Amino acid sequence: MVDTIRVEKGVTASAPPPPRKRRWRRGWLPYVLLIPAVLLELLIHIIPMLAGVGISFLQLTELYLSNWRAAPFAGFSNYALVVNFNGAIGQALLHSFVVTILYTAIVLAVSWTFGMAAAVFTQRAFRGRGVIRTIFLIPYALPVFASVITWNFMLQRDTGVVNQLLLDVHLIHSRAFWLIGQNSFYSLVVVAIWRSWPFAFLILTAGMQSIPTDLYEAAAIDGSGAIGQVRHVTLPLLRPVNRVLLLVLFLWTFNDFTVPFTLFGSAPPTQADIISIHIYENSFVSWNFGTGSAMSVLLLLFLLVVTVIYLAVGRRGERHA
Amino acid sequence: MRPTKLSTLALAAALVAAPLAACGSSGSSSSSSTSHATLTYWATNQGTSLQDDLNVLGPQITKFTKATGIKVNVQVIPWTTVLNQITAATVSGKGPDVLNIGNTWSPSLQATGALVQFTPSVMGQIGGSSRFLTGSLSATGAPGKAPTAVPLYSLAYALYYNKAQFAAAGISSPPTTWAELIADGVKLKKGGHWPLAIEGGSVAENIHMAFELSEQQGGQFFDSSGKPTFNTPQNVAAVKQMMNFIQTDKLTNPSDAQYSKGTEALVDYATGKTSMVIWQAASGSLKQLGMNAADIGVAPVPLPSPVPAGGKPITSMVAGINMAIFKNTKNMSAALQFVKFMTSTPEQESLNSTYGSLPTVSAAYADPAFHTPAVTTFRSILSSSAAPMPPVPQESAFETAVGTAIIHLYADAATGKAVTDSMIAQALTQAQAQLGG
Amino acid sequence: MHEPVWFRWARVVVLTLLGLFALTPVYVMLSASLKPLSDVQGAFRWLPSHLTVAPFIDMWQTIPLLRYLENSLIVSTAASVASVLIALLGSYAISRYRFHGRQVFSITILSTQMFPGILFLLPLFVIFVNIGQVTGINLYGSRTGLIITYMTFTLPFAIWMLAAYLDTIPRELDQAAEVDGSGPMGAFIRVVIPAAIPGIVAVLVYAFMTAWSEMLFASVLTNDSTRTLAVGLQGYATQNQVYWNQIMAASLTVSVPIVVGFLLLQRFLVAGMTAGSVK
Repeated sequence: MVDTIRVEKGVTASAPPPPRKRRWRRGWLPYVLLIPAVLLELLIHIIPMLAGVGISFLQLTELYLSNWRAAPFAGFSNYALVVNFNGAIGQALLHSFVVTILYTAIVLAVSWTFGMAAAVFTQRAFRGRGVIRTIFLIPYALPVFASVITWNFMLQRDTGVVNQLLLDVHLIHSRAFWLIGQNSFYSLVVVAIWRSWPFAFLILTAGMQSIPTDLYEAAAIDGSGAIGQVRHVTLPLLRPVNRVLLLVLFLWTFNDFTVPFTLFGSAPPTQADIISIHIYENSFVSWNFGTGSAMSVLLLLFLLVVTVIYLAVGRRGERHA
Repeated sequence: MRPTKLSTLALAAALVAAPLAACGSSGSSSSSSTSHATLTYWATNQGTSLQDDLNVLGPQITKFTKATGIKVNVQVIPWTTVLNQITAATVSGKGPDVLNIGNTWSPSLQATGALVQFTPSVMGQIGGSSRFLTGSLSATGAPGKAPTAVPLYSLAYALYYNKAQFAAAGISSPPTTWAELIADGVKLKKGGHWPLAIEGGSVAENIHMAFELSEQQGGQFFDSSGKPTFNTPQNVAAVKQMMNFIQTDKLTNPSDAQYSKGTEALVDYATGKTSMVIWQAASGSLKQLGMNAADIGVAPVPLPSPVPAGGKPITSMVAGINMAIFKNTKNMSAALQFVKFMTSTPEQESLNSTYGSLPTVSAAYADPAFHTPAVTTFRSILSSSAAPMPPVPQESAFETAVGTAIIHLYADAATGKAVTDSMIAQALTQAQAQLGG
Repeated sequence: MHEPVWFRWARVVVLTLLGLFALTPVYVMLSASLKPLSDVQGAFRWLPSHLTVAPFIDMWQTIPLLRYLENSLIVSTAASVASVLIALLGSYAISRYRFHGRQVFSITILSTQMFPGILFLLPLFVIFVNIGQVTGINLYGSRTGLIITYMTFTLPFAIWMLAAYLDTIPRELDQAAEVDGSGPMGAFIRVVIPAAIPGIVAVLVYAFMTAWSEMLFASVLTNDSTRTLAVGLQGYATQNQVYWNQIMAASLTVSVPIVVGFLLLQRFLVAGMTAGSVK
């Protein structure tokens, strides 16, 4: 029985584990065990979500805020407004979407690369490895609001360390803006990478630990150098881990609210207008919750489609491997 | 006075849930005896820190308790959360008895119906409305309706200038027109010094200035029926003038486009990094920042010369803090007594002189503490050249939409991208689109 | 295993660069927290002009930092413990049983990871207020409401990880315990849970850290007395000045326990994630 959400078994050199027999109980126990989880999910996630979707079909503006039961039914007009790329709102949403895609792609690629490089280089023991691993995990361990406030401080134009450093090594000639203007996008990317790559490092290191060393020896005997070993042993065996890691990183980065909000405050620059903040500002600046909810629903649909495609393609790849 | 996005969120959330609150909340019961009541009072952060406010209010409250036997439990709420809390209190029915509100919030909060309306009979219980300055009273709710709160501290914008630096540059008096200000700026700019500081990243500071300049140009952001009219030549001209401080007049350090905490421009002025700043009455802060009192000069914000057709000689919006009573309070008469106490002449004199703000009752101005040149200037600004922000329910949405648009325009100007009239027009149109207009 | 020279050099370079990248903000935080205010208002200096611990003392006064710290501790601890307990029950069901709706439940649970917070923030607020009106249980503005919200947020990932981890614990353990006379729940408690400690710790840490850092919901669902650090730290931007040195000192102080705890537990974390992610 194929489980659609579980990570599939990787190939290891040891004997396959005994086939799992699940006890087939027509009993009540599993249901009882799940009741608390189900109730909580209903209360906090499902019902509010459905209410949010419902709001997207209403014209819930400030006129009806105090009497939302009387808000007129808007059908799909909120959605029409939002995807009308000729109008101000639709155009801004499209721009924000593109910015977020670019942002997510770059952060994902670089974080994974850094995490992979660090994992490979720390795979074999050497003196100080424990310290290095600890150092690498610190950015992930620091609470987001504390570390991103520090980055805000570092990126200040006149008092920040980034400009000071760049000036000192003569990479720039005059102090640049990092929190507004074109550079703000790159600042956001760097800060996000700074937070994400340790997570990738952690997961990849954990994944690599279950790769038996004799596989590397076999590859070495066959003539693979270090790079070859990574390509032929490490990467294939990490595929199941990577599948999940990349998906999770994608979802978390795309949906991220706290990092851009803490870095830029209440008015992010247009060049770094991440979609979660964009929707947030759009709903609550204009108090047009119908529109804001419509945007959120579209966002959810997009993520759903991406996830489904990703998982389906991945599984087909697994079967052919 | 500085609503953040998070607070707008909570305001909205509160209003959505209001009909639910209406079912469950208990009506305010009239209490027969007030002498053993305890009031809950939410104060806003007027001083240099939350603790500072407690130190200022504490002795006053002790006085009140001694006189009336009513105890007051005061909480000082930071600006970042106060609107959140007010609206949450509106929804849940659990809130303070008495509270401070930013005066520009008055029309919006009035619309929620959560505050006691100061009808003539209610006003009579605290001493009547004629005691208050007309200017202060103009920002207490929608026109034609009873005030939803009474003015507590009044503030206005003025041009703060550094007397010592002016004298050193050979300028004998502060500028009265914008042309003079630019000319003075040229003289002050020698040696890489920046003449004018601007809090370009702050929604509140930007929108206040835009409003004032728009009034001077004869523009308006809402027409008489309350519909938004953002993209007009006068409004564009006002915003363009703000951009020019950085891009053509070169009076302002481009870095100021990042100033978003509501404090940095004033700090630059206080530490002598700039010679001028347009700010609300700030004597308490300037003292705490260590500025030499002899250097502090106060003048009205300049006017265009000549004033364009239809333009008004407005140099400030009516800023300030109002005091309101929650409709759900169970201690109505005790609350009224406290409001009466806080707006009484002795208290107005004491609190306003400590905070550096202006009394809202005319009788208090007899106190010599308010006869300094600075206070006299502020008072005349408030009474003759101040206008209230548009008193419409969409007011805070307007502030955030246009204020944010100006922040982005300042960022463009600072990073070298020239801001044109058409860019401003487009930004204003988009801001208006966000209001659904 | 032979390590070519270029590999060793590359390792030194790469790891050093990454290490510097990771640590620079930490150094800034540390040095700024020991600087006098004038230092952080001018051009950046690598070393403080003179060392002072004043920021660490003053920071408690400028905002009610202690109260925020307490609230964060209570909320995060309760939410993470509750989340783990409920996740244990659910993951045991998924791992050890086959029943109708198992697939649906798993997929639905995991799909909640995709929900944008903004979509259900407003309705959640309204629901909480509603519950408060009808039942008198005060969920808005209380730590309880926040705890319930956070533990639900971390539940999906927790259940998923714990289920995967429990899968790696052989059934023979359960069966042996049952043979000894305990029912399935007894087997679970006395045998399976002890064997699952690394996974449990990993989930506990993840849940705690998520609750500690969350900002969006905390900003709406708390009031002055229940405010958490994530929102409260913003209060350092007071009327007058931005006390960057105090902000850094406070950030450092509230981070140290988390970081230390995380690093101490990272061994469990790696073990927990190893079994949970790879099969």
